[in-house]
Amino acid sequence: MTTTAVVTGLGVAAPNGLGTEEFWKATLAGESGLGPVTRFDAGGYPSRIAGEVPGYVAEEHIPSRLMPQTDHMTRLALTAAEWALADAGLDSAGLDSAGLPEYGVGVVTSASGGAVEFGQRELENLWSKGKEYVSAYQSFAWFYAVNTGQISIRHKLRGPSGVLLTEQAGGIDALGQARRHIRKGVPAVVSGGVDAALCPWGWVPQIASGLMSTVNDPDRAYLPFSSDAAGYVPGEGGAILVVEDPESAHRRGAARVYGHLAGYAATLDPAPDSGRPPALRRAVENALADAGITPADVDVVLADASGVPDLDRAEAEALTALFGPRGVLVTAPKTMTGRLLAGGAALDVATALLALRDGVVPPTVNVAAPAPDQQLDLVTEAREADLRTALVLARGYGGFNAALVVRRAD
Amino acid sequence: MTTTTTTTVTLADLTRMLRESAGEEEGVDLDGDVIDTPFMELGYDSLALLQVIGEIQREYGIEIPDDAVVDAETPGALLALINSGGATAA
Repeated sequence: MTTTAVVTGLGVAAPNGLGTEEFWKATLAGESGLGPVTRFDAGGYPSRIAGEVPGYVAEEHIPSRLMPQTDHMTRLALTAAEWALADAGLDSAGLDSAGLPEYGVGVVTSASGGAVEFGQRELENLWSKGKEYVSAYQSFAWFYAVNTGQISIRHKLRGPSGVLLTEQAGGIDALGQARRHIRKGVPAVVSGGVDAALCPWGWVPQIASGLMSTVNDPDRAYLPFSSDAAGYVPGEGGAILVVEDPESAHRRGAARVYGHLAGYAATLDPAPDSGRPPALRRAVENALADAGITPADVDVVLADASGVPDLDRAEAEALTALFGPRGVLVTAPKTMTGRLLAGGAALDVATALLALRDGVVPPTVNVAAPAPDQQLDLVTEAREADLRTALVLARGYGGFNAALVVRRAD
Repeated sequence: MTTTTTTTVTLADLTRMLRESAGEEEGVDLDGDVIDTPFMELGYDSLALLQVIGEIQREYGIEIPDDAVVDAETPGALLALINSGGATAA
């Protein structure tokens, strides 16, 4: 199968680094961004650790007109998108000179609960002060599609656009959708996902899921694949990627190609009481088939790394069944960021592209070794390796599975 | 029952509240001669006007008819509507 989509620009806002290279440097050094929650008072909740994006001053990145109408989540997304477009040489001057058709650049991002911090504030205004105190911008600022819409409006991107909600699998599903658009002839799509839900309204539903860690030590809270795994830690941020048709990117003289989105698949788990196995393995098989490769061609896996023991075991079993016991390098750099809801898988894809670029596998931190029943070759310190192909996995609450094969640019 | 208000909102009041509630478009100088410049040219859409009208109503304790968002196309028109008694005490 011919490759149909390449990544030409990255923009990252992560708990362990604001900006792509800051993030990558911290990630290779094993520097975690997890710590006690500061964005709201989490003192009354059983879970109090999160990954917060450091040093973000919105006014330095967001135009005045957009400040009153955007949530923290959308500001981070707009910032990452601006960086990604600039990285691809498609800032406003670049877009004007690239010769792309007016409806040639789309925007497809992932979302989970929408802009809940903005929404919570306005609902509090409603019940405590009255309807005349609710921001007119609440009409759209909370909405799932708001990151896509604001990116589209700000950069005048009028191509096919949309939003995907598959919880933590969303970052990959958005890129899969971007790839579909490219295959249908769209020259470029701004894609990925950035999320932020560090407020009571974003926090409580996650506690109710029972999957969040209640270990309130940043170094012990999120230990995927470990015997001490106790759930996950949420974080904010994500990545925006510029996805392009390879020929169009070449024609306009794109400065670099990070890699190819070579294969993608998504599956949905059967109902919990059906007795049938989860569908993560099938997602991997289908993504490998879509890329026209076999498990032997995969050099490294960026795991979903739930941190919930049963889900870790299911992922380890799927990987062992496909690659053999300890049959492929596995890593979970998200141990340094927490799980970023709709932003996590997009950040993992950006991470995979940087790993391919530099020939180094970023580490899983705080986990000394996988549990004895999980036969994984887990990378716990940055390791140089000749990497051509990475597999990124993601699972979203409700049974969503997504797999993306990313291949190095040659 | 409603009574005619004696509130006077000045252009300076309006531009301050526009900045606070809807921000300021790059390349636009709200301190310039904007009294007859259409809101659209100042970078404010109907939602921005809805937001600023909300703020005016709260700050001055008056009610401004919903139609003002579409009827008042310039700062001058909006101020005239408010100051001529088109707004009523809330």
